[in-house]
Amino acid sequence: MTHFINLTLNGLASGAGYAALALSLVIIYQATRLVNFAQPALALLSVYTAYTVTQLTGSYWVGFAAALTVGLVVGALVERVIIRPIARTSQLNAIIVTLGLLLVIQGVVGMVWGNEQHGFRYAFDYVGRFAPSDVFALASVGGVALLLFLVYRFTPLGLRMRAAAFRPEAARLSGVKVGLMLTVGWGIASLIGALAGMLAGPPFLSPNVFDVVFVFGITAAVVGGLDNPFGAVVGGLLIGLGMSYVSGYVGPELATLSALVIVVLVLSVRPDGILSRPTARKV
Amino acid sequence: MRPRTRTRALPALGLALIMFLTACGGAGEVGDGADVDLDVAPGVTDDAVVIGSHQPLTGPAAPGYLAVSQGAAAVFDHVNAQGGVNGRSIDYRVEDDAYDPSQTIDVTRQLVIEDEIFAMVGGLGTPTHSGVLDYLNEEGVPDIFPSSGALAWNNPDEHPLTYGWQTDYTKEAKIQGAYIAEHFAGQGVGYLYQNDDIGEDSQAGLDQYLTDDVVARQHYESEVADLSSQMAELERSGAEVVVCSCIPAFVALGMLEAARIGYEPQWMVSSIGGDTTTLQALLAEFTQDTDAEGVPADTFLDDMLITTYMPRVEDEDDEWGRFFLAIYEEYGEGGPVTNTHVFGMTQAVMFAQVLMSAGEDLTRRSLIEAMDEQEWRGPGSVPFSSSDGDHGGHEGVYVVQYQEGGAIEMVQEPRVTDREGGAIEETDFEPLMPEELPFHD
Amino acid sequence: MSQPTVRRETPTDPVGSDPAPRHTRRSALPLPVRHLLLAALGLAAVAGLLLVTGDLTALRLAAVGYTMLAVAGLQLLVGASGQVSLGHGAFMMIGAYAMALLVLHQPMLPLAVNLAIIVVVSVVAGIAVGAATARLHGPYLAGATLILAVGLPGLAHRYHDVLGGSNGLNIRTAGAPPFLQGLVSTSEWRALVVWTTVVLGLALLATLSAGRLGRRMRAIRDDETAAAMAGVPVGGTKVVAFVIASTAGGLAGGLQAYVLGTVTPGSFTLVLSLTLLAALVMGGIGSLWGALWAAIAIVYLQIWATDLARALNLSRDVENNLPIVFFGVVLILVLRFWPLGVHGALHSLRARLRARES
Repeated sequence: MTHFINLTLNGLASGAGYAALALSLVIIYQATRLVNFAQPALALLSVYTAYTVTQLTGSYWVGFAAALTVGLVVGALVERVIIRPIARTSQLNAIIVTLGLLLVIQGVVGMVWGNEQHGFRYAFDYVGRFAPSDVFALASVGGVALLLFLVYRFTPLGLRMRAAAFRPEAARLSGVKVGLMLTVGWGIASLIGALAGMLAGPPFLSPNVFDVVFVFGITAAVVGGLDNPFGAVVGGLLIGLGMSYVSGYVGPELATLSALVIVVLVLSVRPDGILSRPTARKV
Repeated sequence: MRPRTRTRALPALGLALIMFLTACGGAGEVGDGADVDLDVAPGVTDDAVVIGSHQPLTGPAAPGYLAVSQGAAAVFDHVNAQGGVNGRSIDYRVEDDAYDPSQTIDVTRQLVIEDEIFAMVGGLGTPTHSGVLDYLNEEGVPDIFPSSGALAWNNPDEHPLTYGWQTDYTKEAKIQGAYIAEHFAGQGVGYLYQNDDIGEDSQAGLDQYLTDDVVARQHYESEVADLSSQMAELERSGAEVVVCSCIPAFVALGMLEAARIGYEPQWMVSSIGGDTTTLQALLAEFTQDTDAEGVPADTFLDDMLITTYMPRVEDEDDEWGRFFLAIYEEYGEGGPVTNTHVFGMTQAVMFAQVLMSAGEDLTRRSLIEAMDEQEWRGPGSVPFSSSDGDHGGHEGVYVVQYQEGGAIEMVQEPRVTDREGGAIEETDFEPLMPEELPFHD
Repeated sequence: MSQPTVRRETPTDPVGSDPAPRHTRRSALPLPVRHLLLAALGLAAVAGLLLVTGDLTALRLAAVGYTMLAVAGLQLLVGASGQVSLGHGAFMMIGAYAMALLVLHQPMLPLAVNLAIIVVVSVVAGIAVGAATARLHGPYLAGATLILAVGLPGLAHRYHDVLGGSNGLNIRTAGAPPFLQGLVSTSEWRALVVWTTVVLGLALLATLSAGRLGRRMRAIRDDETAAAMAGVPVGGTKVVAFVIASTAGGLAGGLQAYVLGTVTPGSFTLVLSLTLLAALVMGGIGSLWGALWAAIAIVYLQIWATDLARALNLSRDVENNLPIVFFGVVLILVLRFWPLGVHGALHSLRARLRARES
């Protein structure tokens, strides 16, 4: 029984990281209908910045703030400079460009910080089952999801962002600055991506540290449903728990395969994810 | 497309064509290769000799192994600064294979065909190097000191040009098992191992001495950086000693995870993972400014037992350690010197010795004969075998214990054994000293 | 991750010749015959190249060959039927392991039989994956195929007695037949075998894509609902597209195993699957020619970038990472300035030249 409880707690803790990355993917998808492959790279850049700032200032929280700032600024810049001219011509091309960006940023991080591993601390004490650092991870992910939900549903900004994403022409006619909304969407998403990096990065950083996390982040977003921030949280925790149980009871080599099984099972019942609303198809 | 029959005829036609082309025997029926010509010296000029290596410089495996080729390059620079070997400077070319065997094959061909390397030195990794083992031997390229402890390198009948380096995983594990059986008799032992030949070969050695005491066998996949369920299971099983046949990143992860759940086993770590300088740097960065824990990095490593065959940089009394520190200071890339650097540096020193012994009239045959015909003594603390049909490299290990503060203490002198069921024996081997090196300044 | 919106501008003819039939003798020939002729020409070109180059180029040409076949299969799936798959490496892995197991356990089977068995295995895999994902669209399909590519290597670890774990399987295959020994080296022979299979496969893909199946797939890509109303069996066609892609991928993987002689999970990573898709779009998604540019980019860009990095005498960390950055930058620039990829750029260049002539 303790084994089960341990596995559950481990699963929740790692699931929080997946959920955070899934959240950032969901935001960009909602804002631009794109899956952003550069998200783990932006998170990587943020975390390495936090690492350096923490080393220089001696304060983790200054580094934390720096990471979120870098996420916000670089995300917005990427949308303005790189994505926008390409997204105009083709959506698939824009997705592939985010892939190119992933390679570029990963390589640049290797150039600047080297390919060696670096140790990087958690936000809070990590000792103990369900330690403060785990509580912080879960609480911040849950809080962000709730905040996003409220912003999207109940504020004028959220309304404009949704309008810009789903009906750009109509939104433009009603005076919404569609371009600005897209930039804001990327900025917010990358900010959350930076948070995801700060949660999932420690204890050891290297340029490829988020490869696997990102795969489970996408998986979580898809399982939960791309139209709902809570879907990302549900998906992340589901993937985290599933992998933890399989790893503990069957064998760690099947952990990734179990994520595949979850995806197949969930999507065969609900092709648009757990928390999607049934949408009427245009005829 | 109206003519649907033609569409269907197409694959049949294609298949027939391939059948015709390749009908000569089964795809897996291979004849014996022709003998290779060793009386050649590609890559050798009057003032230089080109050697190559494949190493993971980028990708997920790079963090653990970058240091190997950095260390080797520093030693070769040092040797060249002393005038090279027999008047030839060593041109050491490292190609990045990102630890992907398909890339290893490409860069190895490039080294052999385009760069015309004289020998392959220290090609890194079991899955990667396995893919070029046949090729190097068929092409007659001396394959000196592959960097891994796989048993496959010691197979002179099939791969006469391949000479192992690292004490193989089974030999090392046998000595670990005997040490635990002697010093921790009756205590529960748990294995934590990487799920490949490291784990398989290590268990084959450990089990010869520990079978009854083993209470848990846990493995990890190097792609998944998570040991939480494994450590939980080891603790639950009551293992008082944990034998970690793991790479450094997973030793560090295992120790953090153990600290997280308040589990304090006696660690026994193999040479591949027992790089305390790397571990300490990682853990020190991790615990930096976290007064919440108030745990200095050293306490994680305290009392850890490590088996090794190489000199160690953290040992201030070790002449080789001091020698390597000085070389890296002058020729290295900066940053701390780890025992992973030392791994590459010892290989480079020994290769330079062999090259010198191969003489001024250098051919691949003279290099192979130099390997074959001598009992080599290098920086390693255990005997080295490269002759009499045994290309196993280092033959054993000694045991050290890490002490808080960074000191390291030898708790068992070097012992040697074989990879089968043979006995473990003490040895009166005297390693070479740095000042005995011909290229020592 | 929905359908490519560039589709309407892309040439629909898979081999990229002008869509309007010109009245030449060539076009009088039935399409499959033309494709076979083109295939023979391609094979002759490769054979000619092999004559004047060495073993290293033979290995890399073979790599271009099987990579091109894999990308071409993906082209039919993504470019024609509009289903974006991020898991193409998984099919290559299935083919590669099938080849290794066949060579290890049934060494007397000729290569052609092995390839035929791989086709069967790949078709089964394609049906399974296609049927499981037929209801998915856009990012959901992408996510599901992505986790397929990452999860499948777990099997090699799980059943490592059979599949060899992370060290994989090493095989030795026969070289050139006796009567050719001395004329062609083993590497050259392998490159020829690869390219023979590849050009035949490509001719078949081109014929399929130009035929009724291709039209159905494009109809689904353009508008699924309209296609269904027009009587196109949507689900079935999507599954068939997956089967074609998986067969091309499986064959490519089998050929890779044959050429390299080693099969490990470490070769079929997430990076491989993503690179295949990225290179396809960079090469040009509207045409099978795009697959050629894609394959050349995958095999050669890194090599060129490595040489470039050496020549520049940079610091170690910069030099090591330059090839990755270079690939990414080229990818971004190509898509920024040539939205239809390399093939699209060449196509419009040719059109412009022809316009100037007339």
